[in-house]
Amino acid sequence: MPISRKDVEHVAKLARLQLTAAEVEQMTRELGTVLDYVARLDSLDLDTIDPDFYEESESLPQRDDVPEDSLTQVDALKNAPDDDGCFFIVPRVV
Amino acid sequence: MTTSSTSVLFGTIDEVGTALADGSITSLDLTRAVFDHIEAIEPDIHAFIRLNRSDALKTAEEADRRREANASLGLLDGIPISIKDQIITKGLETTAGSKILQGYIPPYDATVVQRLKAAGAIIIGKNNQDEFAMGSSTEYSAYGATSNPYDFSRVPGGSSGGSAAAVAAGAGFASLGTDTGGSIRQPAAFCGVVGVKPTYGRVSRFGSIAFASSLDQIGPITRNVRDAAHVLQVIGGPDPRDSTCRTVPMPDLLSDLEGGPKGLRIGLVKEAFEPDGLAPDIAERVLETANQLEAAGAELVKVSLPSLPHAIAAYYLTATAEASSNLARYDGVRYGQRANMGNARKVDLVDMYNQTRSEGFGPEVKRRILLGTYVLSAGYYDAFYVKAQRIRTLIGRDFQRAFEHCDALCLPTSPVAPFAQGERTSDPLQMYLADIYTIACNLARVCAVSVPAGLDAKGLPVGVQFICNHLQEPMLLRVARACEVQTGGYCPPAPVQGLVTEGP
Repeated sequence: MPISRKDVEHVAKLARLQLTAAEVEQMTRELGTVLDYVARLDSLDLDTIDPDFYEESESLPQRDDVPEDSLTQVDALKNAPDDDGCFFIVPRVV
Repeated sequence: MTTSSTSVLFGTIDEVGTALADGSITSLDLTRAVFDHIEAIEPDIHAFIRLNRSDALKTAEEADRRREANASLGLLDGIPISIKDQIITKGLETTAGSKILQGYIPPYDATVVQRLKAAGAIIIGKNNQDEFAMGSSTEYSAYGATSNPYDFSRVPGGSSGGSAAAVAAGAGFASLGTDTGGSIRQPAAFCGVVGVKPTYGRVSRFGSIAFASSLDQIGPITRNVRDAAHVLQVIGGPDPRDSTCRTVPMPDLLSDLEGGPKGLRIGLVKEAFEPDGLAPDIAERVLETANQLEAAGAELVKVSLPSLPHAIAAYYLTATAEASSNLARYDGVRYGQRANMGNARKVDLVDMYNQTRSEGFGPEVKRRILLGTYVLSAGYYDAFYVKAQRIRTLIGRDFQRAFEHCDALCLPTSPVAPFAQGERTSDPLQMYLADIYTIACNLARVCAVSVPAGLDAKGLPVGVQFICNHLQEPMLLRVARACEVQTGGYCPPAPVQGLVTEGP
């Protein structure tokens, strides 16, 4: 398999996802199938080909730096799961 | 409205616009009729996550008042339209089909929604979709699956399956979808309607919930090509709020629309007819359509996209990498759901992140986040993401070479017909492989359309796809319209008509 259970557990940690043992098993199998398929690109000689990033196809315009009205604090907090009217409230950090 | 006029619900924007303009119907009656129709068909179709009834009826009355005062905002004024739940709507719950955004009320409108509202369109509701647009069948919605209007036991395609099913079933006159790898075109093909993926940067992505930012585009799903032109004309063009939006103005999409097939060079893509997985009657319908265009005056040329077989691998590396980054924002802090952690004193911020994301995301989203995180993780960035961008260069070059010989490419939209619910969810790779014909356009940022090309042997819709070069939407829609004239285009689905016994 191109990806191990340990790899899956590691990326799950990076991605802040908690997986059950069964999920780790399933994801290892399914991601393995996809990575096996993707391995077909390994046979291509791509060293002389530049990567295609959008910045190169058109300059990205920026608007003028003029302040305009944006979300109010009240609106910005409206969808928060927990807030005190000024701040987002989260569980303890340290 | 009278009983005989329920057929207006399956009509076009031009037809209903004329009826509104000459006073034979009002927007209020029309909008009411649409909601009555939705009520009749939703138990079988489930194309909507949320309806916007009271607000829609209010805005319909406003449209009627404007018309009475000779102050109509134009053709779309008073016309009921739905929006994929991936696109945010001010004051109207928007979830992108995910549990993690349940209860999210956007504080602003997407640019496309703002523009539709400014043109007087009535927003009737939010369409069902695969969670965060990740899927090709609308079975990965946290709010239940959508059914195909032509056969309720089959999928409508995806991810914009709710949009395509709604339009096919006469629930509104257009819908906006999003297309990252075919999510507008494939459901349009499965539901026998028209779906346009514009050139990357042609339509603002401001307010489109991000999946893969270098691939996502918003576009219209409609019952005919002309309606798609009307909607794209309104939603497209520069937007200072999206720096990837092209600064060139949207050209007039209607002036060349009826230009016809004479003189058009249509390129048949050699590699597109080779895959083992291509259903024979789909290949046949597409080739027959090309031959009809030739008989009507177009020239058929053979072209090659040699890198097409690498597109799926490059796509799934690019899309999952970008998705893993975009979906990092769902952390249970600023919006959306937070897992109930109880009052345990030991709970810290990271526990909350972990639990919120694990409970809030469905299996396909988790799969893609994991794959994308792996692809971007230390030591793998060059091997995966950068390699995929090199393939992207090759695919882009293929298209440019092909467009030296033709005005538009012609190929199937999907290699398979609408499949049965549940048939493919157990094998993610098989589901990905069915995107072969649509994803190359997103990688190359070119524009494409799916047009109804009749039915297969089982009576299920077949879509033919045309692809044009960057910013060539006028040509794209001209070709699509010429095709529609040959194939006959949209026809109302019999199972839905069976549900509608008597009108209001």
